[in-house]
Amino acid sequence: MSGQSLLRATGVGKSYGDRIGCRDVSFELWPGEILGIVGESGSGKTTLLNCLSANLELTAGRVEYDTRVDGMADLATMSEPARRMLMRTDWGFVHQNPRDGLRMNLSAGGNVGERLMAVGARHYGNIRRDVIDWLDRVEMEDGRIDDLPSTFSGGMQQRLQIARNLVTKPRLVFMDEPTGGLDVSVQARLLDLLRGLVRELGVACVIVTHDLGVVRLLSHRLMVMQRGRVVEQGLTDQVLDDPQHPYTQLLVSSIVSV
Amino acid sequence: MSTQSEPLLVIEGLRKSFTLHLQDGLELPVFNDVDLTVHGGECVVLSGPSGAGKSSLLRCIYGNYLPRAGQVLVRHDGALVPVTGAEPRTVLEIRRRTMGYVSQFLHVIPRIPTIDLVMEPLLVRAVDAGRARDRAAELLARLNVPERLWRLPPATFSGGEQQRVNIARSFVADYPVLLLDEPTASLDAANRDAVVELINDARARQVAVVGIFHDADVRDRVATGGFDVAAYREAA
Repeated sequence: MSGQSLLRATGVGKSYGDRIGCRDVSFELWPGEILGIVGESGSGKTTLLNCLSANLELTAGRVEYDTRVDGMADLATMSEPARRMLMRTDWGFVHQNPRDGLRMNLSAGGNVGERLMAVGARHYGNIRRDVIDWLDRVEMEDGRIDDLPSTFSGGMQQRLQIARNLVTKPRLVFMDEPTGGLDVSVQARLLDLLRGLVRELGVACVIVTHDLGVVRLLSHRLMVMQRGRVVEQGLTDQVLDDPQHPYTQLLVSSIVSV
Repeated sequence: MSTQSEPLLVIEGLRKSFTLHLQDGLELPVFNDVDLTVHGGECVVLSGPSGAGKSSLLRCIYGNYLPRAGQVLVRHDGALVPVTGAEPRTVLEIRRRTMGYVSQFLHVIPRIPTIDLVMEPLLVRAVDAGRARDRAAELLARLNVPERLWRLPPATFSGGEQQRVNIARSFVADYPVLLLDEPTASLDAANRDAVVELINDARARQVAVVGIFHDADVRDRVATGGFDVAAYREAA
């Protein structure tokens, strides 16, 4: 168990004038830890994810990250190039819609190789080898390496987006409803794939979803949000099996089982 | 229960109740002031009628339920460490290396082959995949799960087969503390014997076991002591 947290949020808030996106969120994320954030639409979970990943400016509090060079650093006061470098190398962001995370006019191989080149890889042979290795790890056939992502199914696009994000071995990956648009048969396979990769690479994740099944299988810890606030947090199975807050009890009891 | 060894599990003043917010905040008391100490090599069998809180007590020990008061301590890496009030990552670390739990039902990712599910507790401990597979195969064989089923996901298995997969998953990793919630409930006589043998082997390895067994014959063959949860019922 390492003694240093990777990401630290302190009193994080975001408001749009009178409207509150999220408020007063504090937590520490540890290396290799998977944090799930659940809540209904409009509860502020995606706003929070965007605040944590420096895609939105905070209106309160701060987010710090353990950078490889300078140690714990406040994202708001970091230089723009340093922040962009972080996003390209140490972080990943998996969007619900793969089209938001992929370059649709670039081949599948190009999408994965581009991230490698962004961190300095130049040797064509090595890049191609790594790309093929990663396409294989997300269970895509080598034959599709030169095809455009638009010719892929939704599930394949999502797996490609995951390969693009993990190829640089980031230490932290943000995911916004990663299994959201996929049909159930593809979801289960993707979940298992994600779980295996995350375990193998020891990467920390913040996953936003409204699917309690996804967090039960994937996340170590859970935060439940309602109206912009965290109303309950703890060990995932404890929060789901013995929820304490009225809203969590409502959420858990509303699951339709088949 | 006289043992010279250090206790592996200590429960002090444990209280559990549920507040049902969707039922106008109804309070459901379960138990209060539970004290229990378990040493290596012991198997403490929880007793009490249905609803007495036997499963709730096991879940509180495992960190799955949140007790209202008191504490649960488990010997982890040589020291007694609190499970109650611990950070999620600490509880998970205790579960990964020290404390195993067999639930009544199998909850796993769909469409994963049985053998991979049974190997998983070893893989998360960074055991080499080949060795993990051998050990998983050994347990499945011992529990009479036919080899032709190992490559299939357990979703279509019978209740008894699923339960044996669950047992294999929990015995594969040699946890020093084991919590068993009716592990023999839907098993036939031969398979009950296999489980009894596994439990008694674990006891011989100085594992501390706390379990719920409705089958009197199984209970008599594994128990070193009993604990009546109903005696700790809290008045509503």
